[in-house]
Amino acid sequence: MTLTVDTLTTWMNKFGEKVSENKQHLSDLDTPIGDGDHGFNMDRGMKAVNEKLAASKPQDVTAGLKTIAMALISTVGGASGPLYGTAFLEMAKKSSSTDDLSELLEAALAGIKMRGGAKPGDKTLVDVWEVLVPEVKNGSLDKDKIKKAVESTKDMVAKKGRASYLGERSKGHIDPGSESSGYLFETMLETEGLL
Amino acid sequence: MSLGITLVSHVSDIAEGLPKLLKQVAKDVPITTAGGTNDGDIGTSMEKIMTAFSENDADEILAFYDLGSAKMNLEMAMEMSDKKVHLYNAAFIEGAYTAASLIQAGVSLDDIEKQLKPLIVKE
Repeated sequence: MTLTVDTLTTWMNKFGEKVSENKQHLSDLDTPIGDGDHGFNMDRGMKAVNEKLAASKPQDVTAGLKTIAMALISTVGGASGPLYGTAFLEMAKKSSSTDDLSELLEAALAGIKMRGGAKPGDKTLVDVWEVLVPEVKNGSLDKDKIKKAVESTKDMVAKKGRASYLGERSKGHIDPGSESSGYLFETMLETEGLL
Repeated sequence: MSLGITLVSHVSDIAEGLPKLLKQVAKDVPITTAGGTNDGDIGTSMEKIMTAFSENDADEILAFYDLGSAKMNLEMAMEMSDKKVHLYNAAFIEGAYTAASLIQAGVSLDDIEKQLKPLIVKE
């Protein structure tokens, strides 16, 4: 479970591809309960990330994670910019003392919670990360668990983000940030040598 | 110690429009704004907020924002800025208007914060 510059780059390429393929779907999820731009925002952000990673190979994992964080923070625009950006920034900080992916993800989750102030059950990406980070740690992450975690947000009432303005009416829709986080975990599975 | 205001909105027209209202009661208060993303779309930008902090002539800044993700970008900008910035979860227009008129009147930060308390509407 060691994160290297190569596995990080492959992971980000795959995540970027998945976001790009599904950008319309992500934005459609965001339409009834948000501002309808999650997929387009994430696609713009991940294109910037992968352009930066391709332009010059990061000298180490810390530099790579920092590059990803800054690209997301400066290009995404919506709430996912600061949230995903903070996740990668906290991973970058943590990576000076460990290259263990699960420890880095734990730092990322703590950063997401600190930045957004969301708790489990608030119908945000925290609901996916909170469940799946321990699975990564136990070496038991699989597609079904990812799907289940993402779908668990469907019946929740949103307490944070744009969807919270809808209150009870936010029920019945999957949280778009949870769906894109699901892609991030799926592409960990698809990146050889990462888990 | 001088006090100024930074306004952060998802929409540049809102960020640029609000000072027109504030300036009526606060013609000498430094007010800077950060509206929209770097591309001019709807959203907020940490870089624009950093610029709004540094371009503000005041030593200390009172920051107001419209919706959730603006707050996250504000907090990141605050962590990266050398300036002292106070963030208020107040109703955007009412909070900024209250602060602007009180700064113009030479009221202390403590007393301004007391008057902002009933206007807090966000977490």
